[in-house]
Amino acid sequence: MSESRPRTLFDKIWDNHVVERLPDGTCVLYIDRHLVHEVTSPQAFEGLRMAGRRLRRPDATIAVADHNIPTVGPRNPEAIAEEDSRIQVQTLERNVKEFGVPYIPILDVRQGIVHIIGPELGISLPGTTIVCGDSHTSTHGALGALAFGIGTSEVEHVMATQTLLQKPAKNLLIRVDHTLGFGASAKDLVLAIIGKITTAGGNGHVIEYAGEGIRALDMAGRMTVSNMSIEAGARAGLVAPDETTFAYVKGREYAPKGAAFEQALAYWRTLPSDPGAQYDTTVVLDAREVAPMVTWGTTPGAVVPVTGVVPDPATVGDEGARAQMQRMLDYMGLTPGTRMEDLPIDVVFIGSCTNGRIEDIRAAAAVARGRRVAEGVRALVVPGSGQVKRQAEKEGLDRVLLEAGFEWRDPCCSMCLGMNPDKISAGQRCASTSNRNFEGRQGPGGRTHLVSPAMAAAAAVNGRITDVRQLG
Amino acid sequence: MDKFTTLTGVAAPLPLANVDTDKIIPARFLKTIKRSGLGVHLFDTLRYDAAGKERPEFVLNQEPYRHAEILIAHENFGCGSSREHAPWALLDFGIRCIIAPDFADIFYNNSFKNGILPIRLPRAVCDALIEDAKLGGNARLTVDLERQVVVRPNGEEIHFDIDPFRKHLLLNGLDDIGQTLQHAPAIDAYEARRRAAEPWLPSTTEAA
Repeated sequence: MSESRPRTLFDKIWDNHVVERLPDGTCVLYIDRHLVHEVTSPQAFEGLRMAGRRLRRPDATIAVADHNIPTVGPRNPEAIAEEDSRIQVQTLERNVKEFGVPYIPILDVRQGIVHIIGPELGISLPGTTIVCGDSHTSTHGALGALAFGIGTSEVEHVMATQTLLQKPAKNLLIRVDHTLGFGASAKDLVLAIIGKITTAGGNGHVIEYAGEGIRALDMAGRMTVSNMSIEAGARAGLVAPDETTFAYVKGREYAPKGAAFEQALAYWRTLPSDPGAQYDTTVVLDAREVAPMVTWGTTPGAVVPVTGVVPDPATVGDEGARAQMQRMLDYMGLTPGTRMEDLPIDVVFIGSCTNGRIEDIRAAAAVARGRRVAEGVRALVVPGSGQVKRQAEKEGLDRVLLEAGFEWRDPCCSMCLGMNPDKISAGQRCASTSNRNFEGRQGPGGRTHLVSPAMAAAAAVNGRITDVRQLG
Repeated sequence: MDKFTTLTGVAAPLPLANVDTDKIIPARFLKTIKRSGLGVHLFDTLRYDAAGKERPEFVLNQEPYRHAEILIAHENFGCGSSREHAPWALLDFGIRCIIAPDFADIFYNNSFKNGILPIRLPRAVCDALIEDAKLGGNARLTVDLERQVVVRPNGEEIHFDIDPFRKHLLLNGLDDIGQTLQHAPAIDAYEARRRAAEPWLPSTTEAA
């Protein structure tokens, strides 16, 4: 490798983690951090057991249960009513003991969605490689880490070898000029990006988000954007670490301290892409043009500004695309030309690894304050971690939300994918701050509209999709 | 992992784009601690109605596609989550090869780890193969990995590209972990180098 060639942030992290380059270009890539949860790990632990292998680096691994945990009632595995969910969590607890993996128990205040707690605890650090058997591992890229989701076979591979066999991805630069206007959030920005480049636009690429519109975001906003890189087809998203990043990392439980922090900082400052570094593809967006967004279909790229209408398949030339649009409209129960703001809402979900941070709860509470959830609407707020919940309660946000008629729950992935009891019913329409609007994602037959936390709260109080800018 | 050399079998046409992993295997079926037994839930919501009865219009509920070993679809197959339950469900049903214009990255990768061959071919070729597949049991396709060709029922051969390393692993049914462990000395040396260069990187066993 040539050190003189200007390199991107991705190139630098990649080069620093190549253990060995095989003749065909496949690399043995070193993994610094392995995050483990209960859904995608049991078969990996079983594979190790069958082969008589141990974990190579338990001290680079951390486990937490997050998908199956009920958000009401006692916080212990034995109390999980659904048998399969209980077995999965108990299996994780057995496996971490047997293999000596550090584990954050459900009762611990630090428990939460793995992608919320990684950054929150300082486990996710700039310049590192981070993997997890979960596609939203892309979240951690907001810190300037190369973080991506892997399947269970690769989970086992990392457990056994602390490496993965990979070929470098292509570099995709998404430059966001200017800053977001009133009422538009990081969620709206990333939905606009996906709408522009499509859900396959990032396939084979790692996205680097740059420009004033990204630099101006706080860490929570950057995590929201990076989180949904996978919805744009990219396994990983990256934001170059800067003063915002360093201030966020400093002092966190697992982050380096004192002289070690200063040493780390000196290294982290070398990470941003060099001037003149080459990207395979560049996309430019103007943040000022981003309005609050709402999805209308069953893929995250099927998105319009809240002021828009349900699109008309008759205007689509390609027969296949037209049929796909019609199929989405049928599933979603929508008629072309309907104003998005006229869509009634049955359920509101505020939470997930996309929007379950304290900043998201604050945005929702700001809209909910002094208002009431509309008659007949069920509105759930599920903090992303125990620490987020505690902080929100310290700020009195739980009371604001409860007084407005929202339900205030315990941390879990919850209604993002309904592996715990939080689901929507067939035909119900949900304004959700999660990341996927796939058919049946939140429950069989359920209809999901992806929105920002403020937009979700606005939908809750008006009982229909609402332009949060109108609420003032 | 089973070897993949050649495969001759019934191909099921599934002319849909963005077939996501929730469609392949909904999240409620991920609560298993095993790899096997997921085939019955493959494409659950497309395959069964709310009462659990088969939808006769869905391709895999029809003869001869109940015995399909090849699936042909449209763009961005396997998008969404990293759940390996998706290839496990396909494999458990009997699918060993998927042909589509392109695949989501994680799904593509996961397929190889389970002895499933994902083949990228241009949309027009996929559409031609879908027409072949619609002819049913008399129109079997052959996939020859060694020669990198798909053979149509009329004998026409279509070349496909594949990464040589992945091809090697699949042809020989090799376990990735075994391969990587041959590099153990290099991994040891790398770790020592990193510890020296970046001593600040804390462990997860204790907070710094």
